[in-house]
Amino acid sequence: MKILSVENLSRSFGGIKANNDISFEVTEGTILGVIGPNGAGKSTLFDLITGYTKTDNGKVSFFNKDISGLSPDKISSLGIGRTFQKLKPFADQTLLENVMIGSFVKEDNIKKARDKALEIIDFVDLIEKRHHFARELSTGQRKRLEMARAMAIEPKLLLMDEVTGGVDQKTIPGLVELIKKLKKSGVTIITIEHNINIIMEISDNILALDQGKRIAYGTPKEIQQNEEVIDSYLGTVDAT
Amino acid sequence: MISEIILQAMVTGLMMGLIYALIAAGLSLIFGLMDIVNFAHGEHLMLSMFSSFWLWSLFGLDPIFSIPITILLMAFCGVLTHYFLIRYILKAKMLIQICATFGLSIFIRSIAQFLWTPDFRNIDKPLLEGRLEISGMFIGQPQLIASLVCLVAFILLYLFVTKTETGLALQATAQDRHAAEILGIPSDKMFAIGWAIGLGCVGVAGGMMANYFFIFTDVGINFALFAFVAVALGGFGSIIGCLYAGIIIGLVESLGGLLIDPSFKLLYVFAIYLLVVIFRPQGLFGRY
Repeated sequence: MKILSVENLSRSFGGIKANNDISFEVTEGTILGVIGPNGAGKSTLFDLITGYTKTDNGKVSFFNKDISGLSPDKISSLGIGRTFQKLKPFADQTLLENVMIGSFVKEDNIKKARDKALEIIDFVDLIEKRHHFARELSTGQRKRLEMARAMAIEPKLLLMDEVTGGVDQKTIPGLVELIKKLKKSGVTIITIEHNINIIMEISDNILALDQGKRIAYGTPKEIQQNEEVIDSYLGTVDAT
Repeated sequence: MISEIILQAMVTGLMMGLIYALIAAGLSLIFGLMDIVNFAHGEHLMLSMFSSFWLWSLFGLDPIFSIPITILLMAFCGVLTHYFLIRYILKAKMLIQICATFGLSIFIRSIAQFLWTPDFRNIDKPLLEGRLEISGMFIGQPQLIASLVCLVAFILLYLFVTKTETGLALQATAQDRHAAEILGIPSDKMFAIGWAIGLGCVGVAGGMMANYFFIFTDVGINFALFAFVAVALGGFGSIIGCLYAGIIIGLVESLGGLLIDPSFKLLYVFAIYLLVVIFRPQGLFGRY
């Protein structure tokens, strides 16, 4: 079943077309990887889907319901979660409080919200850190915090912006396993990744962007063989 | 004898300090939430005192009974301030924001002078009057009750902000409104709640002070200045910092007046402000 449908989405900043007529669909229960060089418009695409930035043109539908123009909090309440490339934990609050704040979207009772938050913190393997302030956590732990916080709103669709970016190599396998675990739990995922090996490993489909435009969409195998993607992103090996 | 006088001055300072703390907490909450300084805070205090006065004058309601109405009126005033002024300047430059709330302060004071004249008024024979003698110290009953009510209001505010769902959402919005929105927290509603609570605090303080203070259109100016000092000393955005700062200011004002010269009471308080700005600009508990 189609969970998200993006049609002819465009957004310009000044004279720069950050997203130019982008269309794609995401099937429920799958992982869509989004790739592209820096400045390709990947994070802008997330901003447009989540209502963080208003679209110039185009339409975003979630379970066939038009959500274009809705505010971020309303979009979140419908079941679209998000993590940020530039981490945004509530630094002066504990890990538990950070996740509890997300739980309140679906749970009014403070005790139940707390229990649910603890369950999610356990899911992301940070239970021992639950009473630590977010500012005391390492980058990898903060990435998990953001994932936990996004999960707390019980998203049907989770948008993850460079989850493995900026963390040390030892932390990456754990984060990848976490993404797989999330998919198994039934969450549909769109993930932006620079690490091409990871994106090929976890994605069911891949959307490739370049200079704000969609240049390819397909399975990892199709993307690996797409010449435009190879030229603009994966790179070529000089035979001479 | 001297120690008794000093003790008396300390108690007086402590009582005033608790009132300053609550006024400052309202200011700090609004600033912490949306980085906007409410330069009309003193005028809002003046409005809350007039609310008590008119409820007494027109309906015979003693301030101690009319305080819930005053709090609700001020909270409503906060919501109106947000929806009719602040939301339009949230993304504006700081200078515009300053002009907006400063302009609001002039507007409120001018309207008050137009409607009520600059005359001094007071509430005649309130239920709380007289003084108590405790261990040789004389404590004004309305002052004592006002400070205790402010302390209770402060504790309730602190518990609300740190222990409730809305309080946690307010804190989250204060730290990063965009991240909070992604978690389903409507920032616009949070800002309105922040203004309602911020002015509700002023409603408590003003409503209680109406028992024993002269009520006139310029009454809020000095209190607002003290609140700014308290917010700077406690740390911008820190509610608990306001409690300590309010008490320090109350004590400095009272003890300075007693031990040095009462003519320079304001000077001692603003000297603290200068010292804080120079040596610890982020204040005692500030994030900035």
